[in-house]
Amino acid sequence: MASILPQSGVRPHHPPPIVRLRQTLQALFFSGRSVRRFIALVLFFGIWQILCMIGFNFFINFQLIPSPWEVFNATIEFFFSDPWVHIRSSVVRVLVGFAVASVLGVILGIVIGWFQIAEDLLMPSLELLRPIPAVAWIPLAILMFPNAETGMIYITFIGAFFPILISTIRAVENILHDIVLIRVGQCLGATQWHVFKDIVIPGALPGIAGGLTIGMGNAWFCLVTAEILAGRYGVGYVTWESYVTSNYPPIVMGMLLIGLMGAFSSWAVGRGTAALMPWRVIKKQDA
Amino acid sequence: MRQETMKKEMLTSPPMTKSTPKGAVNVEGISMIFSRQGYSNQVLDSINLQIKPGELACLLGPSGCGKSTLLNIIAGFVRPTAGYVMVDQQPVKKPGADRGFVFQQYSLLPWKTTFQNIEFGLKIKGVPKSEREDMVGEYLNLVGLAKYRNAYPNQLSGGMQQRASIVRALVNSPSVLLMDEPFAALDAQTRHMMQELLLTIWSTLKTTVIFVTHDIEEAVFLGDRIFVMGVQPGRIKAELEVPLARPRHVDDMLTPEFTQLNRQVFELIREETLKSMEKQ
Repeated sequence: MASILPQSGVRPHHPPPIVRLRQTLQALFFSGRSVRRFIALVLFFGIWQILCMIGFNFFINFQLIPSPWEVFNATIEFFFSDPWVHIRSSVVRVLVGFAVASVLGVILGIVIGWFQIAEDLLMPSLELLRPIPAVAWIPLAILMFPNAETGMIYITFIGAFFPILISTIRAVENILHDIVLIRVGQCLGATQWHVFKDIVIPGALPGIAGGLTIGMGNAWFCLVTAEILAGRYGVGYVTWESYVTSNYPPIVMGMLLIGLMGAFSSWAVGRGTAALMPWRVIKKQDA
Repeated sequence: MRQETMKKEMLTSPPMTKSTPKGAVNVEGISMIFSRQGYSNQVLDSINLQIKPGELACLLGPSGCGKSTLLNIIAGFVRPTAGYVMVDQQPVKKPGADRGFVFQQYSLLPWKTTFQNIEFGLKIKGVPKSEREDMVGEYLNLVGLAKYRNAYPNQLSGGMQQRASIVRALVNSPSVLLMDEPFAALDAQTRHMMQELLLTIWSTLKTTVIFVTHDIEEAVFLGDRIFVMGVQPGRIKAELEVPLARPRHVDDMLTPEFTQLNRQVFELIREETLKSMEKQ
């Protein structure tokens, strides 16, 4: 190919600075993915800091919003005043709620997806409960459960349960719809149990994994709501308490902390479930 | 693109010997009417077939002639409206491992490796692990996939996947191997190699094969007998013996006898193809 093209005598040994800058930026953005992600975060906080410093006020008002710097200071303060009891309380609530939701959601989802009678008996009431937001459950959670702790776990459970349930049902139905895969089992002499164990469950795994990832995020989503019930501890409680006392930087800190822990646990769920599906190779489009 | 590597010497060693001739298939008066919302469509009209043990029979016809439906009925996937199918004097009631099936689509289970896919039927039957290991290993050699035993289907080419599908059915020593246009999705080169491979396997194992295709050349090249099917409703229009000598090679497709036979089948099927085109 190169030999066909006419050779140009002049070669640009020293590109002008503006070109070099562009090349450097390009290299930064398109080379390492971790570099790209880091730059995106720096940009996010940088723009936020600038908007606060200039007191941006056009429809959205940044004048009273804590800047990243103030939030950072609040975070330092928080971490020097025994933060672990708050973090531990919240993590335990979310994880227990998520665990119960996973077990119940996956089992019920498989049963409802597999048996028509289960769908007919269970789905009407579940669909009735599904649109109710977590915050609406607070009064009943107080009435239903023996203590505040189980009430809070129940509210994180509510957030995680429905996405897991619905994803599992749909995933099982999709596999049952795949007539070739079901027939593969049948013509090898598979019993219902083998079809279930070797075809339906592995085939539904990607869908179930998606439900678990969303469910984990939703459990964190409901944490502030849940910890309205808390007397003393919890990251959601700190956030809510700071709002009540009009102390704004810790609110944003609490929000970001929940975001961080939620993102990390969703990532962990994604990694964990991906390990169960070694046959899946995901190749994304390059930008 | 992965290259289709098939070693001839691998194929010539007979992996297993079978003495009792089995695999007689009798199709008796099969009719199939699909009815939906008051509208009914007769897909098959009193089909009778007698397939001899060890025979390679081709069901050839244009799209819409019901050849796949007939194969699905023999497999037990679909219940016929009338008539019945006997395999070795046993009536077909439901799908089973005695009738191996190779699908047109790539149908390996994506979450199992090549080895696990082929092993699946034996596992269901409760064959002990060491025996499964030996049998699957032998069949992997037979189709030149030994190197890919731990690969997942999405790491295999189309031809490799269909080879694995064929031995997945054969490892259960079925009475009959039912093949539903198994090579239709492959490119011409690979298709020819797969046809030759199928003939090699078939002459080694002596399993009865019922092979559904719409490709005249393929039917003439593979078959002992060809059942030409007609449309509206689907029925057996003609039945002809293929007098070509065996073993057959792809080069034989260029001989005058082959071309002559091709031509003959083409004339038979032409009218039906026109009819099926009008319908569409």
